[in-house]
Amino acid sequence: MSAVPLTPGGAAAERRPTRSTLSLLGERVIEALIKLSGVSAVIFVVAIFFFIFREAAPVLWSKDFHILEFLFSTEWYPTSVSNVRYGTLALTVGTLSVTAVAIVLAVPFGLGAAIFVSEFCSPKLKETLKIVIELLAAIPSVVWGFVGLTVMSKIIVTLTGTAVGVNLLNGGVILALMSVPIIVSIGEDALRAVPDSYREAAVALGATRWQTVYRVLLPAAKNGLLAAVLLGVGRAVGETMAVLMATGHAVHIPDGLLNSVRTLTANVAAELGEAPAGSSHYRVLFLTGVLLFWITMVVNVAADLVVRGIRRK
Amino acid sequence: MASTGPTTQRFARTAQAARSERAQKVAKWVFGAMALAMVAPLIGIVTYLLYRAWPSLGWEFLVDLPRKGMREGGIWPAFVGTLYLVTISLAVAAPIGVLAAIYLNEYARDNWFNRLINLAVINLAGVPSIVHALFGLGAFVYAAQFGFSILSASLTLAIMTLPVIIASTREALASVPRAFREACWNVGATRWQTIRAVVLPNSISGILTGIILQVSRAAGETAPIMFTGAVFYKAVQRGDLFPYRLGDQCMALSMHLYTVSTQVPNVKESIPYATAIVLLGSVLLVNATAIAARVFMRRRKRW
Amino acid sequence: MGGSSRIVEVEGLRLAYGIKEVLHGISFAIDRNEIFAVIGPAQSGKTSLLRCLNRTTDFIPSATVSGSIRVDGDDIRRVKDVFGLRRRVGMVAPLPVGLPMSIYDNVAFAPRCSGMTAKRELDDIVERCLTQAALWDEVKDRLSSLGTALSGGQQQRLTIARALSHQPEILCLDEFSIAIDPVTTMRIEDVLKGLRREITIILVTNLVQQARRLADRTMFLWNGEIVELGPSEIVFSDHPADRRTYDYVNGIFG
Ligand SMILES: Nc1ncnc2c1ncn2[C@@H]1O[C@H](COP(=O)(O)OP(=O)(O)OP(=O)(O)O)[C@@H](O)[C@H]1O
Ligand SMILES: [Mg+2]
Repeated sequence: MSAVPLTPGGAAAERRPTRSTLSLLGERVIEALIKLSGVSAVIFVVAIFFFIFREAAPVLWSKDFHILEFLFSTEWYPTSVSNVRYGTLALTVGTLSVTAVAIVLAVPFGLGAAIFVSEFCSPKLKETLKIVIELLAAIPSVVWGFVGLTVMSKIIVTLTGTAVGVNLLNGGVILALMSVPIIVSIGEDALRAVPDSYREAAVALGATRWQTVYRVLLPAAKNGLLAAVLLGVGRAVGETMAVLMATGHAVHIPDGLLNSVRTLTANVAAELGEAPAGSSHYRVLFLTGVLLFWITMVVNVAADLVVRGIRRK
Repeated sequence: MASTGPTTQRFARTAQAARSERAQKVAKWVFGAMALAMVAPLIGIVTYLLYRAWPSLGWEFLVDLPRKGMREGGIWPAFVGTLYLVTISLAVAAPIGVLAAIYLNEYARDNWFNRLINLAVINLAGVPSIVHALFGLGAFVYAAQFGFSILSASLTLAIMTLPVIIASTREALASVPRAFREACWNVGATRWQTIRAVVLPNSISGILTGIILQVSRAAGETAPIMFTGAVFYKAVQRGDLFPYRLGDQCMALSMHLYTVSTQVPNVKESIPYATAIVLLGSVLLVNATAIAARVFMRRRKRW
Repeated sequence: MGGSSRIVEVEGLRLAYGIKEVLHGISFAIDRNEIFAVIGPAQSGKTSLLRCLNRTTDFIPSATVSGSIRVDGDDIRRVKDVFGLRRRVGMVAPLPVGLPMSIYDNVAFAPRCSGMTAKRELDDIVERCLTQAALWDEVKDRLSSLGTALSGGQQQRLTIARALSHQPEILCLDEFSIAIDPVTTMRIEDVLKGLRREITIILVTNLVQQARRLADRTMFLWNGEIVELGPSEIVFSDHPADRRTYDYVNGIFG
């Protein structure tokens, strides 16, 4: 008990400093704010659903609205005097067809570019390409829409001789251009996540780069690549301004690539300004929002599950 | 005679090797072409827009007001309106987003609740912009009674940019090695003291570049502001830097581009192109700055 | 305080990461002012044991701890001020970690965290700790340069200085010499010999020779269980209590 010289330790404990109440209080406050902000994302998602649904709900019980008609009728006459109809099937088909065109174009190019960036190019070129991808992803959708309206429609008219250049094909191409950066960057992440030992093992067995990609990397990264595609789909489904400007304005089920179509999102953007607040038309547009909310939610959760599937392995 | 066997065998092998080498070459070119197909539009679009916009471009175009029903003149009110919207939305979203990222990266344990938060962030990022617009209209314009105003539009934009700020901040925080945190914990620092002393100072550049990137995203959005606070036309003073108040409606570049290219007939040819160039130019400039900053920071890491 | 000669008492300590248990209920005690060595092959749970002592297991979400640990008579799971506990138990990690701040701030960090603000006191602490860690002479002219810019061996001594800065009663060193050269190792060993008069030292090491040179008592940990614990002379002798100890010490298995 006695012979302890007390420079560090021992009784020195008695004159240990203590933190001031102010700094303790400050820490409490900031940690409370951090936790609150942490929860904010959940609050906002719930709030988004709540406020959209709140505006939409009354129409669900009104007598000139039928949910089956809303989902499965192609008749969309929201402003008709005698024959009001709120059928969104043509819009849903519009969304699906534009998305389909976009995905058919974007997936091969996106994945191909991802493979090139990740496996075939020099580090310097890779750095440059990634910056280009980032810049491409930054182009605002209204600019894409403008490009569709001007450049792309002219190209389409010249190439196909059709009368109107804003149509399904135009919207699909523009959406594809918008989705490619997402598919490339997430696809590249997925390929990078494949351990180098796989590549080395394949090369040691005498495989060429391409064989390595095709036999080893693609199977190993398939979940990540699938997630990349899903997120690309999510972006295409949710895109508004570009399709509003590039696909034309006809609410009908398209029977060819050169038909004009209208999507769920574009429809809301086109009509919300004219629908008087509180009218059935206005509420049906909000209901479309609810529908879109759920569609994109399912796509995103699916992508997340797929991604987490890889992490677990 | 006896030597034919091995020779053909060797030949067969080289033939196969040649074939696979050819496949390799083809693959490289095909994928390279696909990557090129991605780069070409960026250059093509910018050049074409620039070429068509040329007659209108200039300082005058930026600071002048739209005239003759937006058929002539400049874009000043829209330009300033965009500055307003972006600044206010980031002032709201950046602190919340950064704090939320700190929570998720530094505090959250792996339980169902935090998985729920992660899922919410992912969903928030995936919600279509037009749905954000509906939300802004229902929540801020009507329910909170902010009316059609810069405030409503900025808040809507803020919620839209939030998930991306969270994601980029998390990435920046995660790049600080865990060993630094452990060293701090070992000497009795609390979580917050650790964050203050080593985590934030060493990730702040990444956090800031992430936020700057959001400037460009917020500037380009149209749908969320179209129904919450942006208008077709608003008269302001030429070159006035502070023409709006929080409760006012405002013009915005993105919305202006939509208007002049689709809603107004007989606009002077080059005006929509020039508007697009100003919007695209600002966005790409901000992005390039952020990217350059990031590359620069990476060069002078402190460990 | 300090009525008992036992400064650390561990009883039935179990630690699991998720479902994988890495310490299977171990019990031992450490005397005041001794150098206590823990040896054992890789993955045997040595680092994990140290993490339990200063409760940094709190920061590993998957970790669950049971059993009791007393430091100076206080059950560490009941202490109110866990940050105070961590300051009583200094910890030096296997790889040198200079924090990305100035050398001065590195050492002053812990006192500042505990609320010390007076410049004079901080100056004193910085000088004293750097001196104790045999680093003062090398860095006294550049206290404001970055801690991460020092060499590995210097950073390791900086880490030790930082661990001393909060006046610990116990100093845990986890394989402190794996990243530094033999000369620096010997210097630090001399430092430790000097410190033992004042504090208790727990030395986790893979270098059997180092444990033999320094430790009063040595514990051989293997797969999360104690194989042998006794005075170093016996553990490292030709006839330790357990055959496996002899084999390990003489490199017959590992
Ligand atoms: N944070 C952690 N999460 C999950 N498992 C862990 C964690 N830290 C250590 N382990 C596991 O616990 C076991 C014991 O590890 P520990 O680091 O304590 O061993 P060690 O004796 O210090 O080994 P070494 O001599 O290599 O440092 C190992 O199997 C390791 O994989
Ligand atoms: Mg260890």
